[in-house]
Amino acid sequence: MLLLVVQVDDHPAWLDAVQLARGLTDDVHAVLFDASRADELAKQGIKAAHVVEHDVLSDYAPEAYGEALAQLVGELQPSGVLAVGSEKGNEVMAHLAARMRAPFAANCTQISGTGRPWLITRIRGGGMLLEDAEMDAGCGVFTVQPGAGTGAETPSTVDQVDVRRFTPDLRDELARTRVIERTEREAGVSLATADVVVSGGRGVGSAEGYRVLEELAELLGGAVGCSRVATNNGWRPHSDQVGLTGTKVAPKLYIACGISGATQHWVGCMDAKAILAINTDPDAPMVTRSTYSVIGDLHEVLPAVIAEIRARNASAGTSG
Amino acid sequence: MSLDVLVCVKRVPAPGAKVPLTEDGRDIDTRHLGFTIGPHEECAVEEAVRLKERHGGSATVLAVGPPEVAEQVRYAIAMGADRGVVVDTGQDELDPQATAAAIVHALGELDARFDLIMFGNESADAGHYQVGVRVATELGWPIVGGIKGIEVTDGGVRLRREIADGSEVYQLSLPAAVAVKEGLNLPRYPSLPGRLKAKKAKLDTISWQPPPGGLRKIRLRQPEEKRADSVLLGHGPEAAPAVVDVLEELGVC
Ligand SMILES: Cc1cc2nc3c(=O)[nH]c(=O)nc-3n(C[C@H](O)[C@H](O)[C@H](O)COP(=O)(O)OP(=O)(O)OC[C@H]3O[C@@H](n4cnc5c(N)ncnc54)[C@H](O)[C@@H]3O)c2cc1C
Ligand SMILES: Nc1ncnc2c1ncn2[C@@H]1O[C@H](COP(=O)(O)O)[C@@H](O)[C@H]1O
Repeated sequence: MLLLVVQVDDHPAWLDAVQLARGLTDDVHAVLFDASRADELAKQGIKAAHVVEHDVLSDYAPEAYGEALAQLVGELQPSGVLAVGSEKGNEVMAHLAARMRAPFAANCTQISGTGRPWLITRIRGGGMLLEDAEMDAGCGVFTVQPGAGTGAETPSTVDQVDVRRFTPDLRDELARTRVIERTEREAGVSLATADVVVSGGRGVGSAEGYRVLEELAELLGGAVGCSRVATNNGWRPHSDQVGLTGTKVAPKLYIACGISGATQHWVGCMDAKAILAINTDPDAPMVTRSTYSVIGDLHEVLPAVIAEIRARNASAGTSG
Repeated sequence: MSLDVLVCVKRVPAPGAKVPLTEDGRDIDTRHLGFTIGPHEECAVEEAVRLKERHGGSATVLAVGPPEVAEQVRYAIAMGADRGVVVDTGQDELDPQATAAAIVHALGELDARFDLIMFGNESADAGHYQVGVRVATELGWPIVGGIKGIEVTDGGVRLRREIADGSEVYQLSLPAAVAVKEGLNLPRYPSLPGRLKAKKAKLDTISWQPPPGGLRKIRLRQPEEKRADSVLLGHGPEAAPAVVDVLEELGVC
C-alpha cells in the first residue's frame, strides 16, 4: 500500500502525485489533515483516507505534521509515502524521513521498483538536470514534481472512500514550530500567476530603465519580472526575480528584455507557453531558445511596441 | 543578546546557458566552470554577519565536501564571517543523509556552541530539501524553512515566511535552526580588507567519512527541450508592428 499525503498546503499538483502513485499500485490510501477533502478522493480511485486530528495540528506546524505522519506510517506500514514537491510538501516529508531515519527523494518525475531498491528520476537545480537514482528503503519517502503526472484520467476503482480517523500522540512541545500569525496579501496581478510577464535583466541598465517595462506590463495586464543581476544591483525587489532561487512562472507570454538566458534563469521561465526575447545579441541563449525574437536595444524596441499598441487601441476606439 | 551563529554552505558549480556533463553522465563536467555558494546560502551568511554586527556574538561558516570547499568558506569569511570549518569527506557529493551526518559529527568535534544554525532552503545544485531538517532533528532543535525575515526577540527569533497568498510568522526559542531563502536580504560584496583577511584565515578542518545514506545517484541527464526554432520578428523599433501582431495572436493584447 502507498500512502499519499494529499494536503500539506493544498497544492493543485496533488493530482500529479496521485498519478505517480496509481502508476505503482491500485492500493493507495490518502492522508488528510482536514476531512472536508475526502469526497474528491473517490474519483481518483483512492480507497481509504486517514484523517489526522490533533490540537497541535490546528495550524501548519512542520515538526508536528512530520511526527504525526511518522506515527501513521508506523501503524499502517505502507511501502512508500508520497506528497507534492511544493515548498511545504518537501518540508514535511523531510521531517517524516528524518524521524524515520529513512532516505527521502524530493521532486521525483518517475518512481518504479519495489523498495529494494526504488528506481527514481528526480529533477535537480529546479529542472536544469534530471537525476536517475536508486533508493534503498523499506518504506520510501518521495515528493512528486508538479507537472510530472501523465495528465491521463486515473481510472477509478472505488465508489466510496473509507474515511478513518487517526489521532497521533503529539507532545505539546511540537507546537514550537507552529504558525503564530498570518497576514493576507492584497489582491493584484502576481508574478506567479500573471498571463504576461515583462521581464528585464542587466540589459535594462538601471532601476529607472524598468519604467518602460512597467508601462508595457500595465498595458497588457501583466506583471514585471527580472533576473538576478537586477536584484543584486538593487534595481528590483527580490520578489520580482524569476528563476531557480526566485519565482517559477508559466505565463502565456514571457517577454525577456536584456536577459541572456543562464540556466538558473531559464528554469524559472521555461514553462511559459511562448517566449519573446528582446536582445542586442542574436546569439544569446535566451534568443536561440525563444519562440519569437527581436534583435535590438530594448530601450528602442519597447517604446515602439507601446506606441504601436496605443495607436491600434486608439484607432479601434475611433472606428468601433 | 549576543548570538553565536553557524551557517552551512555547499560548494556548487555555476554553469552558464548549458550544464555540461561528464562522458559517463555521472556528474557535471566542471573542468571549465567556476564554483559558488547558492544564493539562499549567501543570504544566510549575510544575515549571520548582520546579526553579529547588530547584536554581538560570532558568525561561523561550515562546508562539507572535498578540501576545495575551503574556497567557499573563505568567500564567506571575506563577507564578514569570523571563523571557517571544512568538513573534509574527500568526496565531491554525498547523499543528503550522509551530509547531515557529517554536519552533526562536526558539531560534536568543535569546541564552539551555537545559538542558531542557518541553512539554505535547498542546495542550488541537488535541491534535496532536507539536510537542515535532518541536522535539526538529530539535535532535537526546532527548524522552519522558507524564511525571508529574521528578527531577534527576547530569548528567541521571530521568523517570517512568504506563502502564495500572504505570509506566516513563527516564533522559535533558541537554540534553533532555520532554512532561509534568497530575498532575506541583499548580500554585500566582499570588501578588499575582507578578502585579505579571508586569504590568511586559518580554517578548522575535520576529516571524517560519514556512512552512506540510502539515496544513490546513478547518472545525470539533460532534460528534453521541446521548443522549435525562434521566429525572428525583426530588428530594432521597426519590429514593433510584428510584435503587436504576435501579442494579438496570443490573445494578450
Ligand atoms: C546557484 C545560482 C542560482 C541562480 N539563480 C538565479 C535566478 O533565480 N534567477 C536569475 O535570473 N539568475 C540566477 N542566477 C544567476 C544567473 O546565473 C545569471 O548570472 C543571471 O541570470 C544573468 O542575468 P542577466 O541575463 O540579466 O545578465 P547577463 O547574463 O549579463 O545578460 C545581459 C543580456 O542583456 C543583453 N543586453 C545588454 N544590453 C541590452 C540592450 N540595451 N537591449 C537589449 N539587450 C541588451 C546582453 O546581450 C545579454 O544577453 C543564479 C546563479 C547561480 C550560480
Ligand atoms: N555539502 C554541504 N556542506 C554544508 N552544508 C550543506 C551541504 N549540503 C547541503 N548543505 C546545507 O543544507 C541546505 C539544504 O540542502 P539540500 O538538502 O541538499 O537541499 C543547503 O542550503 C546548505 O545550507
